[in-house]
Amino acid sequence: MAKLIAAAKKEGTLNVIALPADWANYGNIIKDFTAKYGIKVTSIAPSDSSAQEVTQIQQKNGTSLAADVLDVGGSVATASTSLFAPYEVSTWSAIPAGLKEATGLYVGDYGGYMSVGYDSAKFGTITSLSQLLGSKFKNDVALNGNPTQANAALNGVMMASLASGGSAGSIANGVNFFHQLKQAGNFNTTQATPATIKAGTTPVVFNWDYLNTAAVVGQPASTWKVFIPSDATLGGFYYQAVNKGAPHPAAARLWEEYLFSQASVGGQNLWLTGGARPSEQVAMTSNGSIDKTAAAALPPVVGTPIFLTQTQATAAATYLAANWQKAIG
Amino acid sequence: MSSATATDVGARPVRAGRRPPLAWVGTVPFLAYAAVFLLLPTGLVIWNAFKGNSGGWTFANISALNTGPVRSAFTGSLQLCVISSVIGAILGAILAYAVASGDPDGLIRRLYIAGSGVLAQFGGVTLAFAFLATIGPAGLLLHASWYLNFPWGISLIYCYFQIPLMVLVFLPAVDGLKIQWREAAENLGGSTWHYWRYVAGPLLAPAFTGAALLLFANALSAFATIEAWEDQVNYVVPQSIGGSLISEVGLANVHEGDALALGMIVVVVIVMTGYFLLQGRAARWQR
Repeated sequence: MAKLIAAAKKEGTLNVIALPADWANYGNIIKDFTAKYGIKVTSIAPSDSSAQEVTQIQQKNGTSLAADVLDVGGSVATASTSLFAPYEVSTWSAIPAGLKEATGLYVGDYGGYMSVGYDSAKFGTITSLSQLLGSKFKNDVALNGNPTQANAALNGVMMASLASGGSAGSIANGVNFFHQLKQAGNFNTTQATPATIKAGTTPVVFNWDYLNTAAVVGQPASTWKVFIPSDATLGGFYYQAVNKGAPHPAAARLWEEYLFSQASVGGQNLWLTGGARPSEQVAMTSNGSIDKTAAAALPPVVGTPIFLTQTQATAAATYLAANWQKAIG
Repeated sequence: MSSATATDVGARPVRAGRRPPLAWVGTVPFLAYAAVFLLLPTGLVIWNAFKGNSGGWTFANISALNTGPVRSAFTGSLQLCVISSVIGAILGAILAYAVASGDPDGLIRRLYIAGSGVLAQFGGVTLAFAFLATIGPAGLLLHASWYLNFPWGISLIYCYFQIPLMVLVFLPAVDGLKIQWREAAENLGGSTWHYWRYVAGPLLAPAFTGAALLLFANALSAFATIEAWEDQVNYVVPQSIGGSLISEVGLANVHEGDALALGMIVVVVIVMTGYFLLQGRAARWQR
């Protein structure tokens, strides 16, 4: 570890990509990493998608501008392993087997549950997704992105599917739910962002719970509520990967060690503070290193969590490619 | 004078004709720029449109153009471009005529030209958000349910930059109308209708159509505005290309994006050919 730190300090710089400052507490994570090791972090294209991250390293590898580390969704991670270098962090054993590629090509870092964030001052309490079809939600319900492009949006449609009798293997009921939502005039097709929420345009948002917190969307915690349906508890993880052609290979590995560190101020607990659920949460709860206040502040999860397998995610994307536009156009 | 002429002829350097002409050197920077930033990317798009994802040559990307979502994106692009360019051209032309008939050195004219120059460049997320916050579902001014209607809602937003662009490109043609022509028409007993029908109309028609085609091409390539306006349906081709590049759920296909871009190049080539033919006609009387 001391040797890794010395080598990383010598490189002096780390290139990260597609990490918005208000996404899972990344703003503070980057700041703390720099403060701790004196390594400058260059944040490339914070609002890029996972697919664009891979394109960036394909185009920029061989230059000092390529991203050293990636934070990508499952579909992109499994499809791009030829670009990754395997790396096992020192806390490897604390990460559940289902969340890591066996040789460490990609490793689940943090995740959350699909949720509905909403302005309770305007709508009262929401207890089921079918309520959203009612007339008081005219033009109010929005997704975070287009489900044929964005992971968060695809999972939003999948949550609606699970809540209306669908299964992880079939997203059709979810597409039908959004069709009804559109027919009722309730589906707002603008992409929900903190800016549209602030403007009052998208007061009901389907998104990962860690992106739906009152702090992230800039709303008062007293009125902005986050609801995870008990009949559609859909979880999803993001994955860390090290670029095989990383211009700063030691800094990249030190960054991974930092992100998976169980220290009180380390990657795992900082993600937790940002509302995301770190992959070592179970191990950290049993060894007592978890930030208990932050863990208690997470929105409650009642139902049995469902995680999409790669086959299920691909089937959902294929169905959306053929049917989404027709259902809501 | 005759001696001076003789001297001129005698003094003409005999060797001048043999010196290789160097005037073309001045065009090198422009041609090099066009080659690197226009011809090379266009060539790469065409080349890559026939490449498969796993290497090798294929027509699969081209045949993917003949699927429901892509056909509707091309139809949507044409609808949006025609509506926004026709409305923009007509209103912009009327505005240009109003400006041209005012004081040529007046404050109003300078304000209009400066304002049009700024507004013609206003677009993207800021423009879409300005409309969303003003007339969107929770707008400050009115709650317009048709705001998210395609093609009319987005056409209205596009007109915001199409009309000023029309003023800028059409004003020189309107300025070219000479007051004497109108006087001549009146002296010959023609009415206002006759003047517009037989003199001004035919003279302005090529410039008007040319400017409208420019507006068409301008609307065709716009991406950020419509993407910020609406996110769920790929109404126009640039949105489909965006999807083929950024999809993180496993639907990204860069070469399909190249094929879509090739389809747009075909549309632009047709439109620009029309534009150049019309420009040729317009230039004849403007000389």
